[in-house]
Amino acid sequence: MSEPPNSGRSKIAIRDLHKSFGPKLVLDGVDLEVAPGESLVIIGGSGTGKSVLLKHVVGLLKPDTGTVEVDGMAVEKLGNREITEFRRKFGMAFQEGALFDSMTVWRNVAFPLQRLTRMSSQEIGDRVSECLGLVRLEAVEEKLPSQLSGGMRRRVGFARAIAHSPEILLFDEPTTGLDPVTTALIDEVIVDLNGRLKTTTLTITHDMESAFRIGDRIAMIHKGKIIASAPPAEFRRLEDPRVQQFIHGHAEGPLSEDDPQAQKKPSEQEAGPALEEMPWRKR
Amino acid sequence: MKLPDAVEGFFLNLGRFFQLMGQIFAWTPRPPYDWSELLRQMVRVGFNSIPVVFLTTLFTGGVMALQTFTVLRRINAESFVGSGVALSMVRELAAVLSGLIVAGRAGSAMGAELGTMRVTEQIDALEVMATDPVHYLVVPRVWATTIMLPLLVVMGNGVGILGGYMVAVVIMDANPVSYVDKSFQFMDVNDLFSGLIKAAVFGFLLAAIGCQQGFYTSGGAEGVGRSTTSAVVVASIAILISDFFLTRLLF
Repeated sequence: MSEPPNSGRSKIAIRDLHKSFGPKLVLDGVDLEVAPGESLVIIGGSGTGKSVLLKHVVGLLKPDTGTVEVDGMAVEKLGNREITEFRRKFGMAFQEGALFDSMTVWRNVAFPLQRLTRMSSQEIGDRVSECLGLVRLEAVEEKLPSQLSGGMRRRVGFARAIAHSPEILLFDEPTTGLDPVTTALIDEVIVDLNGRLKTTTLTITHDMESAFRIGDRIAMIHKGKIIASAPPAEFRRLEDPRVQQFIHGHAEGPLSEDDPQAQKKPSEQEAGPALEEMPWRKR
Repeated sequence: MKLPDAVEGFFLNLGRFFQLMGQIFAWTPRPPYDWSELLRQMVRVGFNSIPVVFLTTLFTGGVMALQTFTVLRRINAESFVGSGVALSMVRELAAVLSGLIVAGRAGSAMGAELGTMRVTEQIDALEVMATDPVHYLVVPRVWATTIMLPLLVVMGNGVGILGGYMVAVVIMDANPVSYVDKSFQFMDVNDLFSGLIKAAVFGFLLAAIGCQQGFYTSGGAEGVGRSTTSAVVVASIAILISDFFLTRLLF
């Protein structure tokens, strides 16, 4: 992959990002920079706006105020033509996989290649096999998503996200609900893509073990703001009681006191504002 | 001043409908043209609706024959049963009934399908992969329905007239030759066209409304249920109201 033109600057720069859905304030002034080739992990309790933040980066949501810049381009100002070119940079894996359920696994993974690249069908076939191999899926090409287990669907979603070798990978809880071995495997693939191809990676997770494994840096979001950001070793030693509570998974602590959401089970509640009050953006 | 929720909801829906309509027309001429998807939708919406449209129009034609016979006999005009059945089928009933039936069958399916895609983030996934969901999902569905509904109505016209014929000739002993003769005696091409134009408009409306309801789904499985219901309800009302204005316009 060629060196990005502005390699000295941040790949992704989020400044003072605010977003509310109706009366509910989800992002309350997020500032965050991601350097080219960096792997940033965002952690935080449920309903703290992590998914919403990710959707702003790729332009699925528009900020109320503030800016999101990718390679120096303001995402919210892109026109219809530019946005196609812009989206080519990204691969995104969604929480539940978000596979197209009318298509086979093969067609799902081939979809971004057909849409975003000029590969021949031979090359597409090879690449699809390669990506499915990376997530250790075999003999599933002709199956429909409904015939797969949740974990397998998630892995297909992961394969689809990385298929066209994007510059930036966004992972929305790539390992939630997977067994520890598969989790370690996915983490390895993320670390490998990040190390070998210098892919900029932005991962949302609840899994602290994963976070420490794949992150060059970990940021914690709470009540719509970034409250801490540090490399893993340092992050572990941060004295902020909210960070410590999250790392160690205590039920009692500052996070539970001021936010009843934080006590709910993460895997069930995460989608909260993003799905319940999805605002219908205008073009 | 705060508007009541129902009023606000009505205008929100109306605004979204016109916005979606604009997007449909803007995206339609742009490549890539997905002919195979268009064909697939035409089969789903049109071909698969043949049995239910067949039955509906057959029996409606029969009922029309029974009813017009009862009424026309009172004024000694029972020889005009054929004209009554044929004209009402062609001008009005085939189009409206097929529209309502297809709204229940295909419009609801569109609401449910797109709604599920919305709540499972498949629509977001499409956008991330540089694929406009209106272009990819809505455009083929809307045009497939707009093309297929008039074709279903052509069939429905014939079947309805056949239903009337069977009732009149078999049950009520009408003269078959004069029945057929009367059926077409007062009909002209405009009657046929007005029915087909109505059908095309209904097809566009029911598909666009079904897609719109699905597209703006929120709130998980319950939300998909709501979208499916309102796809049928809103489309049916839209068909009946637009029918009035189309009839005024096309007389």
